[in-house]
Amino acid sequence: MIDRRQLLTRGLATAGLVFLAGCDALSGNARAVRLLERAEAVSRRAQRLLSPRNAMAKEFTAADLSPVFPANGTINPADPAYQALAEQGFADWALEVGGLVERPQSFPLADLRRLPARTQITRHDCVEGWSAIGQWTGPQLSTVLDVVRPLPRARYVVFFSADPDESGAKYYESLDLEEARHPQTILAYEMNGHVLPIPHGAPLRLRVERQLGYKMAKYLMRIELRDSLTPIEGGRGGYWEDQGYEWYAGI
Amino acid sequence: MCLPILVMSGLQIFNAHPALYWGERSDPDRALLSIDAVGSDDNEPIGLTTVFGRTFDTTGLLGVSTDAEGRVRSRGFPSWATLPGPQWLAMGRRWHFFAAWIFVLNGTLFAMYSLAGRHLWRDLLPTWRELRGLGESIVDHLRFRHPHKDAVGRYNGLQKIAYLGVIFGLGPLIVWTGLAMSPRMDAAFPWLSDVWGGRQSARTVHFTACVLFIGYVALHVVMVTATGLWNNLRSMLSGWYRLPPPKSGGTL
Repeated sequence: MIDRRQLLTRGLATAGLVFLAGCDALSGNARAVRLLERAEAVSRRAQRLLSPRNAMAKEFTAADLSPVFPANGTINPADPAYQALAEQGFADWALEVGGLVERPQSFPLADLRRLPARTQITRHDCVEGWSAIGQWTGPQLSTVLDVVRPLPRARYVVFFSADPDESGAKYYESLDLEEARHPQTILAYEMNGHVLPIPHGAPLRLRVERQLGYKMAKYLMRIELRDSLTPIEGGRGGYWEDQGYEWYAGI
Repeated sequence: MCLPILVMSGLQIFNAHPALYWGERSDPDRALLSIDAVGSDDNEPIGLTTVFGRTFDTTGLLGVSTDAEGRVRSRGFPSWATLPGPQWLAMGRRWHFFAAWIFVLNGTLFAMYSLAGRHLWRDLLPTWRELRGLGESIVDHLRFRHPHKDAVGRYNGLQKIAYLGVIFGLGPLIVWTGLAMSPRMDAAFPWLSDVWGGRQSARTVHFTACVLFIGYVALHVVMVTATGLWNNLRSMLSGWYRLPPPKSGGTL
């Protein structure tokens, strides 16, 4: 015989296990996951409603720099074409900017360095939970966009990296035009006052200071303006987004 | 429903970087708390938890634990405490933010209802007499001497302070420090994290508030069970509480 207390304890334990198993099963159910994903649009709209369009991310001083800035994800792309460019100090590298633009153009490093540059000391927040402070220098993305002139139907800026992982999937990322034209959204060729090192994305990486680290694609090769993200790779607007992370990474 | 989801998906997110810091940055050598695994998964790894510079072997629970299939895993919190069970940060975030919206909406409605209605003013605000009697009340609770009959129908002073603390203290604190970790919110409202001394401080406060919340819930459950489970559950949901029948033979 079991008494009432035992029955109750076992009952609660079983209910707990069923609840957990249920949640785990729902994580694999496409419809349930779509429901959970609704929160992303709610968060995005609420955050945009609450915060001014041009709210600037906090900027710090040289005294606040992280002694060691972690290099995450790929730290040296295996791609032979990339390795060949790296050997020449990226002298032959050029950023291709095209897609839905009036004047597609390619920008060698020297051209990018001639554009007006912005230097900012900001906090990098990784989706994993860590934060590091670094200094970044490069032209604002809006300056580059003004040179190539996006067509009216262009809605997204898509960034392609020289960065195949072991499975061959390409790293790419995307922003809407509002975030792309934010004053702190820059194409950085310098970090902490030195040429951008390879582990941090040489020769050029994106900085989007109001979103999480995975939005800031490293090893940039090509930028395209598009009217839709669906036809690209997994169709969700980025390498990590295709694996279930939020496209809106402001939270 | 929402709370276990928030706690467990929160632990899943915590596991992606199982360490806590103070300030804006997460310098590894300045962690307040860190959970690590030493050795590989195939070779009997050990779990180490370091709190304020003191290291404890927490193999089996923190750092290294066994998953639902019985395999040894190197991870912060064990799989039975996280949602989803396996290491899956993206899905943990989905659950967390979905449940967080429900928590915020529910909490706002409850707070508005309490402020507008009589529940707060009549039942929850402690009286002067109760505040003075707090010390005695603490001793009574520790000795498991609970009120009977007349006093049972109301919350006592200690209870009131605990409830108010959770509803108007811990609840808002946990939402605040959650928002302080959002880069976009931080850009618009830097004071969200500045008040705590930085984003990593806010993350630490968020985690600590969660631990306090679990402590509160555990204590609440212990108290409710100790003072008569079915009767308490009935009163929470319906408002009716059955008093024990008066002992016979007491009257002249």
